[in-house]
Amino acid sequence: MSLNRLTIADARDRLRKGEITAVELTDACLSAIEQAGALNAFVHNTPDIARRQAAAADQRLQAGDAPAMCGIPLGIKDLFCTKGVPTQAASRILQGFVPEYESTATQNLFDAGAVMLGKLNMDEFAMGSTNETSVYGPAVNPWRLGEQQLTPGGSSGGSAAAVAADLCLAATGTDTGGSMRQPAAFTGTVGVKPTYGRVSRWGIVAFASSLDQAGPMTKTVRDAAIMLGAMASVDPKDSTSADRPVPDYESALTGDIRGKRIGIPREYRIDGMPAEIEALWQQGIAMLRDAGAEIVDISLPHTKYALPAYYVIGPAEASSNLARYDGVRYGHRAPLAAGDGINEMYEKTRAEGFGPEVQRRAMIGTYVLSAGFYDAYYNRARKVRALIKRDFDEAFAAGIDTILTPATPSAAFPLGTMHAVDPVQMYLNDVFTVTVNLAGLPALALPAGLDSQGLPLGLQLIGRPWDEAGLLNHASVLERAAGFVAKPDRWW
Amino acid sequence: MSISQTEARKVAQLARIAVADEALPALAAELSHMLQFMAQLSEVDVTGVEPMTGVEKMRLKRREDVVTDGNMADTVLKNAPDAREGFFAVPKVVE
Repeated sequence: MSLNRLTIADARDRLRKGEITAVELTDACLSAIEQAGALNAFVHNTPDIARRQAAAADQRLQAGDAPAMCGIPLGIKDLFCTKGVPTQAASRILQGFVPEYESTATQNLFDAGAVMLGKLNMDEFAMGSTNETSVYGPAVNPWRLGEQQLTPGGSSGGSAAAVAADLCLAATGTDTGGSMRQPAAFTGTVGVKPTYGRVSRWGIVAFASSLDQAGPMTKTVRDAAIMLGAMASVDPKDSTSADRPVPDYESALTGDIRGKRIGIPREYRIDGMPAEIEALWQQGIAMLRDAGAEIVDISLPHTKYALPAYYVIGPAEASSNLARYDGVRYGHRAPLAAGDGINEMYEKTRAEGFGPEVQRRAMIGTYVLSAGFYDAYYNRARKVRALIKRDFDEAFAAGIDTILTPATPSAAFPLGTMHAVDPVQMYLNDVFTVTVNLAGLPALALPAGLDSQGLPLGLQLIGRPWDEAGLLNHASVLERAAGFVAKPDRWW
Repeated sequence: MSISQTEARKVAQLARIAVADEALPALAAELSHMLQFMAQLSEVDVTGVEPMTGVEKMRLKRREDVVTDGNMADTVLKNAPDAREGFFAVPKVVE
């Protein structure tokens, strides 16, 4: 087996035994990336940095006592600021931006010995569900329908495509409304959104600050446990970073969920949901029951209002965060005409630099925050958000340990098909995932089966606040029972 | 709730995004459509509910009011489209 196809856990064990070196492992990934241009997953390659980090990792491994992530080659989503390496958030407005600092999450990974192969494609400023808003053009799903190219999902589409195609052992992602879980479901990979505050947001280009969380995108649940442990930290540079010790997530994977109570929310059975998704959900329920868990029907009555609340709060926060792209401090500045003043500079720069979806969200966010509409939209959305969180609080208070839902309302769909529909239609992709960001809860998507066309389908597990350990353990049970081993046929 | 072309122009100006006049009808229609989607929120009874400010009740962290960083003007200016003599340069602001 080529080394790039290894999981983190297998690679770690073989690196520690000296059977392989980090340099060999890194070279295998670099050559896989070179041959995968058609996937458009990697958008800034960093082979020199990768080889240097790999050589240092080998020295550390030889010295013994190397952390689990030592020598593991990763792809990094373009949203993470990486010192000395272009960071564009897939936007034209950050063209040429080379950060002078490193995000806390990537610094934690590099401190643990991880290797950076390059930066990964995504939707512009993480706004999108198909990767098609990227200035680099869309990343392509390694899974195809015949000759038809599919979206890898978004916004972490490059991360998902790269992991599914074995271009890297794992990747970083971020999730504001489902941006790791939906791409994971579309590509047969695992994506974990931690509890808000678990992973530092410092140095990650901000979309909606009260919703954003970074996490791992991996091939297995065990790998997610290993990588999340390395990414998470208590960070004085992020005022919302929680003062909580980071547990050893891998040791929590006991595979024993006997007596645990799994909530099945009836509001997630939506109109027009494909029968295959419903069937997959029922299979997941049966697997957890067979493992000794108790299945409990629950109600989360405000679920229906999560999408409209999200599409007020997300754009409101985005419009504020995007105010910094003014053509003054970094990135693109539009050419100015004679006599243009500073307002023309702002307006032309932002019109040229932001793509249509980002402009749309900046403007709707500006509108809902503007005088006269603040209470009607923004404050009302924040009240509805409190009710959505209360639904979850009540379910957990009633003894529910984990909630099982579908991850997405469909399998991956062809690239280009969402252009024809209106933005609101595209937002429906997030219907099962946004509630979790609004409530700040940990959740993950994992592959659980193939549809009749041979495409992967995912299930979502939602955990109690700060209980990523329990969440991952439940996921490991589901993963073993589902026995998902399918890989896309290589066409790229 | 729908947004007129005049309102759409105002929103674009507030957001500091140049929009050509001929693009305003489409923009107004699109923003109106999104607002209609958001209007579902008015169905919810929010009497007595406090707007949520954060996912966990936590006090903002405090630290000593001291300088912890600085003296890196070159680093700060490094990515500027136009920096001169230690400053960000912009078009004339005051008439």
